[in-house]
Amino acid sequence: MRHIISLLMENEAGALSRVAGLFSARGYNIESLTVAPTEDETLSRMTIVTRGSDDVIEQITKQLNKLIDVVKVVDLSEAGHIERELMLVKVRAEDGLREEMKRMSDIFRGRIIDVTDKTYTIELTGAGHKLDAFLEALDKGAILETVRTGASGIGRGDRILKS
Amino acid sequence: MELTGAEIVVRCLAEEGVEFVFGYPGGAVLNIYDEIFKQDKFKHVLVRHEQAAAHAADGYARATGRTGVALVTSGPGATNAVTGIATAYMDSIPLVVISGQVPTPAIGMDAFQEVDMVGITRPCVKHNFLVKDVKDIAETIRKAFYIASTGRPGPVVVDIPKDVTQHKAEFSYPKSVKMRSYNPVTKGHPGQVKRAVQMLLEAKRPMLYTGGGVVLSNAAEELTQFARLLGFPVTSTLMGLGGYPAGDPQFTGMLGMHGTYEANMAMQHCDVLVAIGARFDDRVIGNPEHFFQDGRRIIHIDIDPASIAKRVKVDVPIVGSVKEVLAEMVKLVRAGKERPDPAALKTWWTQIELWRSRDCMKYDRDSSLIKPQYVIEKMHEITRGEAYVTSDVGQHQMWAAQYYKFDQPRHWINSGGLGTMGFGLPAAMGVQFAHPEATVACITGEGSIQMNIQELATCKQFNLPLKVILLNNRYLGMVRQWQEFFYGNRYSESYMDALPDFVKLAESYGHVGMRIEQPGDVEGALKEAFALKERLVFMNFITDQTENVYPMIPAGKGLNEMILV
Ligand SMILES: Cc1ncc(C[n+]2csc(CCOP(=O)(O)OP(=O)(O)O)c2C)c(N)n1
Repeated sequence: MRHIISLLMENEAGALSRVAGLFSARGYNIESLTVAPTEDETLSRMTIVTRGSDDVIEQITKQLNKLIDVVKVVDLSEAGHIERELMLVKVRAEDGLREEMKRMSDIFRGRIIDVTDKTYTIELTGAGHKLDAFLEALDKGAILETVRTGASGIGRGDRILKS
Repeated sequence: MELTGAEIVVRCLAEEGVEFVFGYPGGAVLNIYDEIFKQDKFKHVLVRHEQAAAHAADGYARATGRTGVALVTSGPGATNAVTGIATAYMDSIPLVVISGQVPTPAIGMDAFQEVDMVGITRPCVKHNFLVKDVKDIAETIRKAFYIASTGRPGPVVVDIPKDVTQHKAEFSYPKSVKMRSYNPVTKGHPGQVKRAVQMLLEAKRPMLYTGGGVVLSNAAEELTQFARLLGFPVTSTLMGLGGYPAGDPQFTGMLGMHGTYEANMAMQHCDVLVAIGARFDDRVIGNPEHFFQDGRRIIHIDIDPASIAKRVKVDVPIVGSVKEVLAEMVKLVRAGKERPDPAALKTWWTQIELWRSRDCMKYDRDSSLIKPQYVIEKMHEITRGEAYVTSDVGQHQMWAAQYYKFDQPRHWINSGGLGTMGFGLPAAMGVQFAHPEATVACITGEGSIQMNIQELATCKQFNLPLKVILLNNRYLGMVRQWQEFFYGNRYSESYMDALPDFVKLAESYGHVGMRIEQPGDVEGALKEAFALKERLVFMNFITDQTENVYPMIPAGKGLNEMILV
């Protein structure tokens, strides 16, 4: 099962490598990992998307909790949550494709943020599967480059992750 | 007044009440060594290899429960210490290892003797720090000791660049530490503890499976009370030996790969199993799938939540210090009237005694060759079971665990988790420093002892009257045994050729050497050696080369698939 694990950690040098090292040393899978400081600059927040059986996910959260720099860990997938990822896609936008690309971007609520006479760069935000769907809907030959941030997640309502 | 970083380091160690620092100097730590020269709060022990510094600090920690301290220079000094750090990590031993680092402006420049110590040790420490500012030294060292010694203990590395030891700052040692990210629990959840006690009282075939956590949390007394109150059988892992008196009839011996028949069978056939500071590792339960063919309910007490439900599913998990949880359980049982069903318990004990009557630990006592088991038995007798015994890794380690019946905790000191050959001698030094009056013996093999034999010089310098018991079978015996059992007697590279004359070697280091070849001489030699209270005696026992460790559960098999003699 796919899980989204969110954690708060001390914003210290090397903290990220402790998490990355834990995943590789114990053979856990990482689909994506994002990290950035929070409004409290002493803390970083990380979102990790991983896959594993319930036993493995339990071990992952326990092992993460065991890291001395980690302040809090939640498995967001356990309850209501929102997941967003940002993607930038550079596509061919010549001749016949120009209209087509604009239309596709509109359908998926993307925004064209850079335009040349040959290309568009489209910005798209959403859950991972929506971004996948957009890429699938495009003509493969038209895609020049994609870059994705990996998922960020947050709990719904009053489900709050604080130190 | 402002102090230099080096002065601060030394003051911090004094504030922590450190008695011994095991170390080896070098460029990056020269400032610290200069301050060590000027102080008299702690003693510095100059080892002959940095691996030994870490092992000696580790032996000191295991024998006392206090945090061991090692100090090494950057680069090769630091990497030499890594095996010792990993050894401590695997067995949850509290260590603080201070390593020198190249000056901060040189970091990342591939400077002379630069190595990313924080990076290298990350997977084998509880935590590590690189101190970049002299103002952070005191707080970092305070945290290092706190982290190393609380919760599930472990080694902490503090890497200090040379320029930071020169810079100056005001010194004040923090009285306490508070870390929002680290708050180990000690008390078990009361509801869970109650459930566990209820389950135990209803058990028909209970078993107490105890591990290193009992020793680490100083819970031997609580465990003994608990086991006696309920009358349950007890087994112990290699790491837990001494946590429950081996001479007690309720003790069924060690379990696992080289455990007793009765302990392993009881483990497999019990209906309620209480794991106490133990972690169901592969050398203990073998293959978890086999282990689960027979249903049983499991209560697991451990301070580390990540150790619970890692390899086996658990019915009642209790996160907490083994000591506190056991004390709580004893209180609960005493407060109630209910006791386990005596008839069921009697039937269970009859079964266990039947298994015990297999006498799985017998060996040929009439051999014309020295049997290693016999040496350990005699040694147990002559030291009245009171010695601190360290060991290296191999067959001799298993025989020591099986035949030296440990009645007290912290007396059996070995590398269980990492299985580090070369651990025994330096660890014994640490133990002897901690307990100068005690009898300390190192049981070793001719392979293992050569991995840190240079420490005989340290022993001479500090007059450590260790007794080195070398069970010399001219083979990397444990390797040879596996090759005999599983590789068609193809003894690939397991013969130890070109051995030195150990008697001369010991003598050249200034110690007493003995060579014992006849079974009839074993007892007399041991008596003579242990009577030499002031000297290190190196005893080279020429043992039966063909002897194997029994019983044995082949790797990956179930607990009931033992090879017996
Ligand atoms: C540093 C290290 N290298 C290799 C091993 C693998 N190993 C485990 S036991 C053993 C043989 C040990 O031989 P010896 O010290 O002579 O003891 P014996 O088994 O003969 O009692 C070896 C090589 C190890 N445990 N540690």
